[in-house]
Amino acid sequence: MSQDIYVVIEHLRGQVADISYTMLAAARELSRATSGKVIAVLLGHNAKNLARDFAADQVLYLDHASLAEFTSDAYQKALAELISKDQPRAVLFGNTSIGADVASVLSMRLGLPLVNSCRSFTSEAKFISQICGGKIMAEGELPSPTALVTMVPGGYQPDQGKSVESPPVTESAVPALEALRVTLSKYIEPESADVDISKEPLLIAVGRGIQNKDNIELADALAQAIGGVVCASRPVIDQGWLPTSRLVGKSGKHVKPKIYFAMGISGAPEHVEAITQSDTIIAVNTDPRAPIFNVAKYGVEMDIFELVETLTETVKQAK
Amino acid sequence: MMNIVVLAKLVPDLVEELTIDASGAALDLTFARWIINELFDDHAIEQGILLKERSGGTVTVIAPDLEGADDVLFTAAAKGADRLIKVRSDFSAANNHAVARAFSAIIKGFQPDLILTGVQAHNDLDGSAGPLLAESLGLPYVGYVSGVALADGKFMVKKEYPGGLIAEMEVTLPAVFGIQAAEQPPRYVAVSKVRQAMKTSSIEEMDASDLDLSGAPEIERMFQPEAAAHAEMLEGTPEEVSAKLVALFKELGVL
Amino acid sequence: MPIRETFWNIPHWAEIAQYVLALLTALVFIYGVGHRVLRWRKGLPEKRSGHFWARIWSLVTQVLAQRRTLDEAYPGLMHFTIFWGMLVLAIGTALATVDWDVTNLFFGFQFLTGWVYILFELTLDVLGLLVVVGLGMAIYRRYVTRPARLQKFPTLENVSYAARDDAYVLLMLAFITLSGYLTEGLRIAVTQPDWAAWSPVGSAISAAFLALGDPANQTLHLIVWAIHILSAFVILASLPFTKLFHIFSTPLNIYFRSLEPAGALQAPRSEGGVKEWKQFTWKQLLDFEACTRCGRCQDVCPAYASGHEFSPRDVMIKLEMHLWEKPNGRALHGDVVSAAELWSCTTCRACSQVCPAFIDHVGSFVDMRRYLVVEGTVDNQLQKALANLGRYGNSFGQSERMRAKWTQGLQPAIKDARKEPVEYLWFVGDYASYNQTLIDVTRKTAQVFQRAGLNFGILYDAERNSGNDVRRVGEEGLYEMLAEKNLQALSRCKYETIVTTDPHTYNTLKNEYAWNGNRPRILHYTELLDELISSGQLKFSKKLDARVTYHDPCYLGRYNGVYDAPRRILHAAGCELVEVPRHGDRAFCCGAGGGRIWMEEKPGRERPSEMRVREAVALDGVTTFVVACPKDVTMFRDAVKTTGSESRIQVKDLIELVYEAM
Repeated sequence: MSQDIYVVIEHLRGQVADISYTMLAAARELSRATSGKVIAVLLGHNAKNLARDFAADQVLYLDHASLAEFTSDAYQKALAELISKDQPRAVLFGNTSIGADVASVLSMRLGLPLVNSCRSFTSEAKFISQICGGKIMAEGELPSPTALVTMVPGGYQPDQGKSVESPPVTESAVPALEALRVTLSKYIEPESADVDISKEPLLIAVGRGIQNKDNIELADALAQAIGGVVCASRPVIDQGWLPTSRLVGKSGKHVKPKIYFAMGISGAPEHVEAITQSDTIIAVNTDPRAPIFNVAKYGVEMDIFELVETLTETVKQAK
Repeated sequence: MMNIVVLAKLVPDLVEELTIDASGAALDLTFARWIINELFDDHAIEQGILLKERSGGTVTVIAPDLEGADDVLFTAAAKGADRLIKVRSDFSAANNHAVARAFSAIIKGFQPDLILTGVQAHNDLDGSAGPLLAESLGLPYVGYVSGVALADGKFMVKKEYPGGLIAEMEVTLPAVFGIQAAEQPPRYVAVSKVRQAMKTSSIEEMDASDLDLSGAPEIERMFQPEAAAHAEMLEGTPEEVSAKLVALFKELGVL
Repeated sequence: MPIRETFWNIPHWAEIAQYVLALLTALVFIYGVGHRVLRWRKGLPEKRSGHFWARIWSLVTQVLAQRRTLDEAYPGLMHFTIFWGMLVLAIGTALATVDWDVTNLFFGFQFLTGWVYILFELTLDVLGLLVVVGLGMAIYRRYVTRPARLQKFPTLENVSYAARDDAYVLLMLAFITLSGYLTEGLRIAVTQPDWAAWSPVGSAISAAFLALGDPANQTLHLIVWAIHILSAFVILASLPFTKLFHIFSTPLNIYFRSLEPAGALQAPRSEGGVKEWKQFTWKQLLDFEACTRCGRCQDVCPAYASGHEFSPRDVMIKLEMHLWEKPNGRALHGDVVSAAELWSCTTCRACSQVCPAFIDHVGSFVDMRRYLVVEGTVDNQLQKALANLGRYGNSFGQSERMRAKWTQGLQPAIKDARKEPVEYLWFVGDYASYNQTLIDVTRKTAQVFQRAGLNFGILYDAERNSGNDVRRVGEEGLYEMLAEKNLQALSRCKYETIVTTDPHTYNTLKNEYAWNGNRPRILHYTELLDELISSGQLKFSKKLDARVTYHDPCYLGRYNGVYDAPRRILHAAGCELVEVPRHGDRAFCCGAGGGRIWMEEKPGRERPSEMRVREAVALDGVTTFVVACPKDVTMFRDAVKTTGSESRIQVKDLIELVYEAM
């Protein structure tokens, strides 16, 4: 039984996911309230080097050939053993394809309470979860004895969970991972040619403000720099400047990206209804009264041609 | 013959305005419209039907007895589900731990080869039902699944990661999968077909054991986040705005 | 005395051979017609009796007088001359047969003698010329000017049977007519009767052969006669197997046309829609066979014009070809008609409005759509819209509690017709209630009603989508559900008249809802305002002095014949109306009807609404494009933007002008 906050680090093919740093930042806040340590739990195989920039007091490293790639069964077994042995105050998981496969199972297996979709913690160690598509927040005491928590992004910046100093890494014993019921067979790479904008996490959307076909390239350059995909509102598609598969709106696709970056889109309802499921809408428009600003979280009142090339450069430098 | 069970969860329709009840710690569900968890459980039903059509078997759809459950079940029957079950208990106030325990007791009796459910729902405050159910049944679980096939006595499932990467996982039978998306979008069922299903199929009702609510956090208060009526405007020169935007991109985890 | 010398120069064996051939021809003809009739009987039943005299009158105006055919000058005249020429030649041949084979054979006298015969000869000789002129026009048009609507017929295994059939019929008719004249000319050249001048064409031809002299001319006459007779029998025998059969099927189709309101779609006759051709009714099968491939429907079709892979002409041709196919595994859906084609139709009914054969295209399309819906073959967006309509009663996917949100702040508050009796029950409709850009128009409508002193109310959240377009999408079950709910809500209210701004709603309420004999008065708001203006209850305080054009909504104009009321209102408000070229019953659809507004738009040429805006912009000095349908407001405002016409023209609902003038 300790007051420590464990963070189950998520990584995929040698890349630590941003949510891991978000969780480390959250754990830091929570640890202040509980007066415990922040402990990053890294599962992998020959992956110790991933731990170098974790803002944690300590890294527990669990090495096993069966942990080389994420599978729910192996992670559950390894973590069940660790959590019942250490009994930390809380264990943070990402509310992701990795964390969500593990946290609920452990809750049932170990009889520990689970807090889902937590966005942030208060200074009194209360959790705040978002439900109902972000329309409702739920607050409560961090349950005892060990709270399992899945975290959504938005409450903390990943940068806060990074550190220049490498934390001390302790290897932790791994139980026998036998009779695994789930094994990875292979990875299938996303097809680059065939874009489904309704599934893309980052969309650079262009509207009438783009003015002519050549300017699509400006948007494309930005999209490539940032790792997103260009899509458009009706007028642009009508002109034949982009294929219909890129149409966002009533007559096109409904999208739900993490970021919808709208350039030169005024925000007609036909368009807006298709983007409301986006996590964050950022709009650039010359007209301060453009309705797109009523749905956007962030806005820039500027001619897109003044901004887009500078932005592309800034993005490139930031990488 | 694959024995497929689909747990179809119902959720309050977010189209209706949400209000918080007098306690301040729960949603006021007096006027809630309970609908199928469209983004995910509807896909789970579709995936079950697709598997049946492809490899044979039976599909049992099981849902909690909430207003709207009949509609969900008959619609599933119109799509091709063979058996419809409604589980009686006070589910409007239940949590997923309780749902998982209650349903596992019933589903166990069916000896299924495969259990499908939506990977998540908007009211999952205590974790998602799929993995909770899997563990209650002692079965393996894979979530974020967008494709299921049976090969050589094992399931090959496609599990989605952010950015479009897909992992193909091999899973032993029986298993529980949390469906992110069916291989094909849920089909349209004409109203006439649903009406037909109401005549030709029947819903079995079963009683759940007492609900065991443990495992969920206690909620002290609920509140609506401040509505952003207008965008927060980023001011400055193109360079300054670019820097702010890049910071924002990083914060939102896309850079 | 002038007398018809039947079988002049024809040896007895040839005469007998002719009768044998005639018998054979008759057998083949009867077999062919029998085949068609039996095929109609394979279709499902449909009641088309009653209104005998109205139907006969249709035959007089549309067959004998060729009214619709004559709507277009060149093809109209072309067909008129061939029709009347051939008809008279056929009657002439029949008279000659009676003269020889009946009266002469059995009663020993001929009536084609003396001046009767002279008149007979003259008439046939001259009207034959009409046929020649008509056929010449037809050949010139089909093979020289080649209008698009006569090109690119659907093929089967790369063979254009339609084009072959057209060529065969045209060339055979020309051949028979010319060989007939030649026979006559040769006969006159040899016999040189005193009355030859009464056959001006024959005489002229005979002049060319005089030099040849006998017996060459006599031999030639026999040969040409034989060819003429042979080809005549061939075309008669083949008639039931070619498009010439339209001389029977088209008049039949006109006789049996529906005399119900155009806006009353038939409920499905086969459960689950039409999956294979035998699930069409006999009348629909007759429709396909009555089609002459004239292509007028294609010319007026908005879906075709905007580049959809769809033409009502082609669907009719393909369906007709399909009827002739032996069971070969080709399915009606997919192989013959594609889902994309069926979904292209806006149900604007422009095709049926111009069809000289009175084909009901839309009815058959919807019957086939019904099958697609039951099979779940609907695009994502339409699926979403239908799911929303099923759950919320509106296509917007918004709560029914938000339906009357637009009324907020209106003073005095709008009456709840469920709670107090009203004179006018305003059925607001989905678009007017939920579409953000239309709320201003809807509120102005309320204010106009209020200022006109109307005692009116609305159904608030008890209203559902009326279902007009749901039905035309082919979702009959959902339509029934919506209609039942609306009727239920309405049955609990006390009102005298239903008024709506939406022509689609108007159509289904008026023509399709099951009122069980208690149909209330149902008005489009233009009809209501027109009444109020003429009774003096609604007065305008100023003249607008605007030069406007008006777009006739399909479901108001073509479907329900309301053309004058909106124009009278415009006049009363002091607007100068400049008509777009395609107006009234020829109005060009905005592209939104029949559920198209809920479907994904495929990339194509210009959208119908954009073509329409260009049509309006081309009018001299017109700055306002007036519409009388909420969907039109959104469609055309969008089109004005996409065509970059914002500075030239603005789209206004008629109610906005009324509001301004009050």
